[in-house]
Amino acid sequence: MDNIAGSKSSLTWAVHIATALLVALWLFPTVGLFVSSFRTADQIASSGWWNALFPTEQTLTLRTAAPETQVQEGNLYVIEGNLFTETDTPPAEIGSWGTSSRDVSAYGPGDTAELGDGEKLTVQADGGYRLESATEMTGSRGQRTFVTAEIPPEFTLDNYRQVLFSGDSTDSMAKAFFNTLTVTIPATIIPIVVAAFAAYALAWMDFPGRALLIAFVVGLLVVPLQLALIPLLKLHLGIGIGKGYLGVWLAHTGFGLPLAIYLLRNYMVGLPRDIIENARVDGATEFQIFTKIILPLSFPALASFAIFQFLWTWNDLLVAKVFLIDATGQTTVMTNQIVELLGTRGGNWEILATAAFVSIAVPLAVFFAMQRYLVRGLLAGSVK
Amino acid sequence: MATVSLQDIRKSFGKTDVIHGVDIDIADGEFIVIVGPSGCGKSTLLRMVAGLETVTSGEVRIGDRRVNEAEPMARDIAMVFQNYALYPHMSVFDNMAYGLKIAKTPKSEIEARVAQAAKMLQLEPYLQRKPRELSGGQRQRVAMGRAIVRKPAVFLFDEPLSNLDAKLRVQMRLEIKALQRELGVTALYVTHDQVEAMTLADRMVVMNGGVADQVGAPLEVYGNPQTTFVAGFIGSPPTNFLSPALLGQQGDGQIGIRPEHMAIDPEGALQGTVAYAEALGAETLVHLRAADGTQVTVRQDAAHAIPAEGSAIRVGWQDGAMMRFDAAGRRV
Repeated sequence: MDNIAGSKSSLTWAVHIATALLVALWLFPTVGLFVSSFRTADQIASSGWWNALFPTEQTLTLRTAAPETQVQEGNLYVIEGNLFTETDTPPAEIGSWGTSSRDVSAYGPGDTAELGDGEKLTVQADGGYRLESATEMTGSRGQRTFVTAEIPPEFTLDNYRQVLFSGDSTDSMAKAFFNTLTVTIPATIIPIVVAAFAAYALAWMDFPGRALLIAFVVGLLVVPLQLALIPLLKLHLGIGIGKGYLGVWLAHTGFGLPLAIYLLRNYMVGLPRDIIENARVDGATEFQIFTKIILPLSFPALASFAIFQFLWTWNDLLVAKVFLIDATGQTTVMTNQIVELLGTRGGNWEILATAAFVSIAVPLAVFFAMQRYLVRGLLAGSVK
Repeated sequence: MATVSLQDIRKSFGKTDVIHGVDIDIADGEFIVIVGPSGCGKSTLLRMVAGLETVTSGEVRIGDRRVNEAEPMARDIAMVFQNYALYPHMSVFDNMAYGLKIAKTPKSEIEARVAQAAKMLQLEPYLQRKPRELSGGQRQRVAMGRAIVRKPAVFLFDEPLSNLDAKLRVQMRLEIKALQRELGVTALYVTHDQVEAMTLADRMVVMNGGVADQVGAPLEVYGNPQTTFVAGFIGSPPTNFLSPALLGQQGDGQIGIRPEHMAIDPEGALQGTVAYAEALGAETLVHLRAADGTQVTVRQDAAHAIPAEGSAIRVGWQDGAMMRFDAAGRRV
C-alpha cells in the first residue's frame, strides 16, 4: 500500500490484455465469416480463410496440348501453346516446373527439359511452352507438367448473388431479410414510445401507488418469457390476432417493456430536478416537459435501449417461431431461414457463411452508428 | 411589478412541520432577502411562493390575488435556481426564449426581448452557444436572462451565487442589485450568506428553524437584533454573549455585545486571558477566554497594539452597546 496512486497503472497491462483478448474473440469469427462469404466452395474446402487474403504458392498439374495438334517444322515435330490456356486455368507467374511428380520444381522458367525418347520441353514464366521431338509424337493426351506458381487472392460475389438475388426458394434470404426488418423496426419503436411515457410518469409524476408500480415492473424482469409463450399465443388466437406481424410486435413489446421502463425510469429520475422545475415555472405542461426537456435529455438511454431491443428482436428465433411463422412460410425471418439452410445446405459453407454475414451486417451497422450515443453524456453544462 | 404578501404560511412534510407561520409583506419593487442557516426553511418558503411546493396553510398573495392554488406559470414569477437549471440541449437563445415560446409570444417580440436581455447581460456573443460551452459566470447570466425576458412581476432567486467563486460572487452581487434597480421588479432572494443579505437587501428576513425571527432593513437588523439567533447570525465575527453573572449583574438571560463595540481597556468590566489574535490587515481580532470559559472576540483597529497570547487583559464597552436578551433568547 505504499504507492496507492501508482496501483492503478500497475494493472493496466491486465486491462490491455483482456481488451485485446475480447477484441480477438469477437473479431476472429466475424472476419472469418466475412472472408469465407467471398470464397468458392473449392477454396473453402482446400484452405483456411486466413490464407485467402494472401497470394499462395500452389502446385498445379497442367498438360500440354494433345499430340494430334503437333506441326512439323523441318525435321522437328513441334507443339506450342500456353499451359494455362490449354487447361482453362487462370494465368499466373510460374516460379518453377517439372515433369515428374517426384520432383515438381526441377526446372526454372525458360529451362529446357529432356524428356527421353528425344523430346524436349521448354516452359516460359508466363506458361508458354514448346515441345519438340525428332520423331512424330503419339498418344491421346498431352505431356503432364507440374507448375509451381504464385496465385493471387481471389474473391467472388457469387455467394451474395445466390443468397440475396437468386430468388431460389431454398437459398434466398432477401424475403427473410425484409420480413426480419418488418418484425424488428416496429418491435423496437413501440416499446420505446410506451416505455418513455411510462418511465416519465414513474419518475416525475406524483400519484398514489407509484412505488408499488415500480416494484411490480422490476419484478416482471425476472419472469422468463418462455413461461408466457403458450398462454399468450392462446390469447392471440382467441382474440383474433392469430399468427402474424401484429402478434409478434405485441409479444416483443410486452417482453421488452419491463427492461425498457426500468432502464429509462432510472435514467430519467437522475435528471436534475431544477431543470424540470424551471420548465414548470416557464409554464410548460407535463407533456411539453416530457417532449421538449425529458426526451432530448434521455436520448443516450433511449438509444442504448433501442440497440438492445433491436439486437434482441433481430436475433430472435423463438418468439418469431411461436407468434409469426405459419405453414405458408411467407413470413419466415432470417434466423429461421438460416436454420433451414443448415438442413438443406449443411455442407455448403460458402452459402452458410454468406447467409450468416447477411444476418449480422445490419446489427453491426446499427451498433456502429449508435454507439457514440452510449458513451456521450448530454448533461454536460446543464448544472454546475 | 407587484406586491407579495405571505400570511401565516405553514408547511409540513407529512408529520414534520418545517415552517411554523411566516408573515411577510413585500412592497412593490422591494428587494427582500431571506437569510438563514441551512435547514431553516428559507428555500421551502421561496418554493412555496414559486408554486413548486404546496402551501399547507396560510395565504400567498401576489399583487392582490391569492395564488395558493395557481400553477407556477400563472403566478407571473421568474425563478433563478442555484444550479442555474439551464436546458443543456438548447442554445442560450433558446434557453431564454423557451418560456416565451410556451406562452405563444410572437416571434419578433421574442427576438426583441431576448436581444434586449442579452445586451443588458453582455451575453450577445454567446447566444448560439450551448450551456456547456459557457463559464460559470456566463451560465449564471443566462439564468438571469431567462428570468428577465419573461418580464415577471416578481423575481425569485434561490441561492443563485453559491456556485460561483468568491470574486465572481461579489461582481454578480453588484450586477443583480443594479439589474433589479433598473427593472424595478419586486425580488425575493434566498441566501445563507449574511454578507449577500446585508449588501443586497432593502429589507431582510432572518429565518431560524421555520420562523422569521426578524424582518427589517439590514442596518436595523444588525444594530438592533431582536433575538440571540439574529445577533449571532448577522455580523462576522458574531456577537459575544455574556452571562449577567460574569459582569456581576442580576437576572438570567444573556447580554450581547458586538466585537467592534469592545475595546481593550485597563478599566474595563470584563477580564480574560488572550487565547490568540488574528491580524487581518485592516483590523485585528483578539480572542479572549473569560473567567467562566466564555469565548469573547474583540475587534480592534490594526493601529492598536496586539496583546501577547496568554496575557490577562480587561476589555470595556459603552453601556449603550449592551443588548439584553431574556432566557428565551428574545430582546428585553
